[in-house]
Amino acid sequence: MSQAASKPRSFQEIILRLQNYWAEKGCAILQPYDMEVGAGTFHPATTLRSLGSKNWAAAYVQPSRRPTDGRYGENPNRLQHYYQYQVLIKPSPPELQELYLGSLAAIGIDMDLHDIRFVEDDWESPTLGAWGLGWEVWCDGMEVSQFTYFQQVGGHDCHPVSGELTYGLERLAMYVLGVDHVMDMPYNNPQTPIALSYGDVFRQTEQEYSRWNFDVANTDVLLKQFEEAEAECGKILSLEHIDPKTGKHIIMVHPAYDQCIKASHLFNLLDARGVISVTERQAYIGRVRALAKQCADAFVMTEAGGASVNEATA
Amino acid sequence: MPDLLIELFSEEIPARMQAKAADDLKKLITDGLVDAGLTYGAAQAFSTPRRLALAVDGLTAESPTVREERKGPRTDAPEKAIEGFLRGAGVSRDDLEVRDDKKGQVYFAKIEKPGRSAAVIVAETLEKTIRNFPWAKSMRWGTGAMRWVRPLHSIVCILSDEAGVETVPVSIEGIHSSDVTKGHRFMGPEAFRVVGFDDYATKLKRSKVILSADERAETIWHDATNMAFAAGLEVVDDKGLLKEVAGLVEWPVVLMGKIDDEFLELPPEVLQTSMKEHQKFFSVRNPKTSRIERFITVANRETADNGATILAGNQKVLSARLADAKFFWENDLRIANGQKMQPWLDSLANVTFHNKLGSQRARIARISALSRKLSVVTGVDADLAAQAADIAKADLSSEMIYEFPELQGLMGRYYAAAAGFPSEAAAACEEHYQPLGPSDNVPDQPVSATVALADKLDTLTGFWTIGEKPTGSKDPFALRRAALGVIRIILANDLRLSLDHFIDNQLLTHEIAIRRSNGDAKDLSALENTLDEIADHGVFGAAFRLVLEKFDGNDDAPDVSEGSVLRTVGDQLPDASTDLLAFFHDRLKVYLRDQGVRHDIIDACLAMPGYDDLALLVRRATALSETLHTDDGENLIQAFKRANNILTQAEEKDGVEYSYGADVKFAESDEERALFEALDTAEKAIAPAMESEDFSSAMASMAALRAPADAFFEAVQINSDNKVIRRNRLNLLSRIRQICLSVADLTKIEG
Repeated sequence: MSQAASKPRSFQEIILRLQNYWAEKGCAILQPYDMEVGAGTFHPATTLRSLGSKNWAAAYVQPSRRPTDGRYGENPNRLQHYYQYQVLIKPSPPELQELYLGSLAAIGIDMDLHDIRFVEDDWESPTLGAWGLGWEVWCDGMEVSQFTYFQQVGGHDCHPVSGELTYGLERLAMYVLGVDHVMDMPYNNPQTPIALSYGDVFRQTEQEYSRWNFDVANTDVLLKQFEEAEAECGKILSLEHIDPKTGKHIIMVHPAYDQCIKASHLFNLLDARGVISVTERQAYIGRVRALAKQCADAFVMTEAGGASVNEATA
Repeated sequence: MPDLLIELFSEEIPARMQAKAADDLKKLITDGLVDAGLTYGAAQAFSTPRRLALAVDGLTAESPTVREERKGPRTDAPEKAIEGFLRGAGVSRDDLEVRDDKKGQVYFAKIEKPGRSAAVIVAETLEKTIRNFPWAKSMRWGTGAMRWVRPLHSIVCILSDEAGVETVPVSIEGIHSSDVTKGHRFMGPEAFRVVGFDDYATKLKRSKVILSADERAETIWHDATNMAFAAGLEVVDDKGLLKEVAGLVEWPVVLMGKIDDEFLELPPEVLQTSMKEHQKFFSVRNPKTSRIERFITVANRETADNGATILAGNQKVLSARLADAKFFWENDLRIANGQKMQPWLDSLANVTFHNKLGSQRARIARISALSRKLSVVTGVDADLAAQAADIAKADLSSEMIYEFPELQGLMGRYYAAAAGFPSEAAAACEEHYQPLGPSDNVPDQPVSATVALADKLDTLTGFWTIGEKPTGSKDPFALRRAALGVIRIILANDLRLSLDHFIDNQLLTHEIAIRRSNGDAKDLSALENTLDEIADHGVFGAAFRLVLEKFDGNDDAPDVSEGSVLRTVGDQLPDASTDLLAFFHDRLKVYLRDQGVRHDIIDACLAMPGYDDLALLVRRATALSETLHTDDGENLIQAFKRANNILTQAEEKDGVEYSYGADVKFAESDEERALFEALDTAEKAIAPAMESEDFSSAMASMAALRAPADAFFEAVQINSDNKVIRRNRLNLLSRIRQICLSVADLTKIEG
């Protein structure tokens, strides 16, 4: 078992240590996806790259938005905007649990003093048409990560199977740093001349977005945008695979998937505004899932999706 | 006689699956070994979060040789047939023997299947077991195609006897069996070899793994109760949680922590549920105050600081959780106190109960109207019953129930009390869900019983209306449970009601609601009139005819032609009603069978009036069952059957019905006269007893006929040559039949 590293001093130090740790373990350190998403899983580096036969190893921070969790920055644990740390390795290596525990040691969790447990938690994303089996990982009774072996994404069986690790960074960091309110957490090194807390960075934005999400966001506009994103996604994928300008074979999976991500986030916003009834909810989820499925279908026909060029042109 | 040890070592197995997996492993392996011809002494299976283990003692070293003789074709059969036979039997031509048969010379094959070693059989059985293991949910990992509950890492498979230890070679998807395993993930990670089960269990314990789930559970419970006792407290018993927690740890270490004072005012059920569902904590109660004041958590390791860090962490998580719960509780109380829960009731209009049966709010309105009607039966104030039904499901919209659905009803009770509703109505919020299972309490408070009945009847009639009845093992809406609930509530409270009447009422209510929501308003008023008439006329049929008659000849008479709304409802509703009542009768038979009442006894009573009055029906059936258990009762049935058979035959032969006019003056013997007298006595006693529903004495009187009837049959020949006497005797038998049938339809009794 790896020796625990020294205690980190700040939120960002925990992120930097995770980046270094997973870089050392051979992951490509990617940057956050430049769109609003509900969770790190939506990053194409996870959703799309978990499909097909090609090997993959990536890690990244992903800012995530859950409009309904907004609490105007007052709740010690809840935020409408937070960070996830995401690792995806395909095929899942046999020592993935040990690798994961090594990452906890790297951020200063001493396994000799703490109680780490793998507690059953099957993961399912109805909007992505995805599911997997795994656990939530507990440290002294607190859920610090989600650990999943992907079985299906976008309706496709995963072959090989990806192992996915998702760390809820704020919660994990609060625990490691011994902070009770997320806004009090040191964001950078508290010893530096300009020490910033999490609240210094995010309190105001939490207030602004909470108000906007719950009471102001124009639902007519959101609904219209949802419809547009949905239509655009389908249109992009329906186009000829041969680009008439260059004559190249180009399936525009990622641009289409961007529209799927948009639709998903718009649905979350509409949900937060309370304009979606229980019955409609299922229908909206089904519509986003249909987009995710179309993108997955398209991705496995591309080279990154493991199709040979010949097959792809056929 | 070698002993077998198998261990399947994997990543963490969900706690809820472990016990069954251990049982399945034992069954599949031992069945496989026995099918292959081995025998064994004893087998024991174990599970921990990371392993399934099986120890089989006293296995035979090899399977016996099996010899078999098979008869083949005649020696002059076509070559193809002989070759086919050789192939099928797996022998060569030299192994064939020629014998004389009736048809000529015939080939015989002697097949000898040599015994196989235990190792070969074990390897084969284990591989098959792993590949076909019945996990409720399984997965693939890496690049493999094999499925297991979580990635499988290693296999121990050894046979050991006095001579030594042998690793049985098994290879599956790159995993090769060995005699090596590991202990606790953190406290004993080094690999070690094992030579047999005792060695395995001992070394595991040294490596901080308690192999037996029962032993882990005992350790947890022992330490937890001691710790609580030392502090003057008690652990709240929870067998399910204990089992689950024992499946989450290989080396249980019990720790007790305090709950912050600010949370002690929360209802104890909220504390308990929050701690159990989210954190798998046991609740620790102060017996003096009945308050939950502390918690017990079970860690999976020992630490240098005796668990201080672990406990502090757990305490922190709990405080965050309870802060949430407190937030919900206070928000909910504001709505309960300030607005009498009205916003919740309003929002239930947007919550679908079932897409064909409308919203929760519409459902509540139906239950409320039915509660009002049922209040006559349960003897409660109609307004109170309706009020209780109106608020019984209000808590479904509360924040606490959104977070903890399992607290539904219970929170409703707290909130209704806080809102100042009468205590009976508040109690109904919780109790109207009962009974939730065959062993759950039945509501005995009349208001709760009323709403509980209305709720279940509305559900049953609703799903009957839309044709979603349970089939086979499929009962997604728990309708069997609902019907059993109705039965138990009626019986436990001895409620006297014509079930038919309420079934018809509610079926029609659903019919109207569905048609209205479909915009199918045509002729609804005629159906609504019918609904009103059901109240006065009992059942649908009579009420419906009456309504139609009113329109007769009028110009505005509703359309009753083929395919019209009224015709369709008029045709279908009685069928649904009959079908649902039959469903109740089926459930009643199952229920009474468990109480020792035979189904034919219920059939005998179903033929009597009041068959939809379940309390009456059961009273009759119970009395009949008791009577049939007596010597007289059992024999009287025989006498009744004899009388009935003779009569039926005579009536068939003579083409007349012998039903009246037996006269004692034609009696020839004392036995005959005695029977006349006994029948007079019985008749006099039975009629008033039946009138007052005193079935026991009616049946006792009937059973008292046994001796005179037996004596009569013994002494008297029915078919006398004298026609007058014969007819008189047949009419006498008819009196026996009539008296018996007035109590129950004894022709239905078997045996």
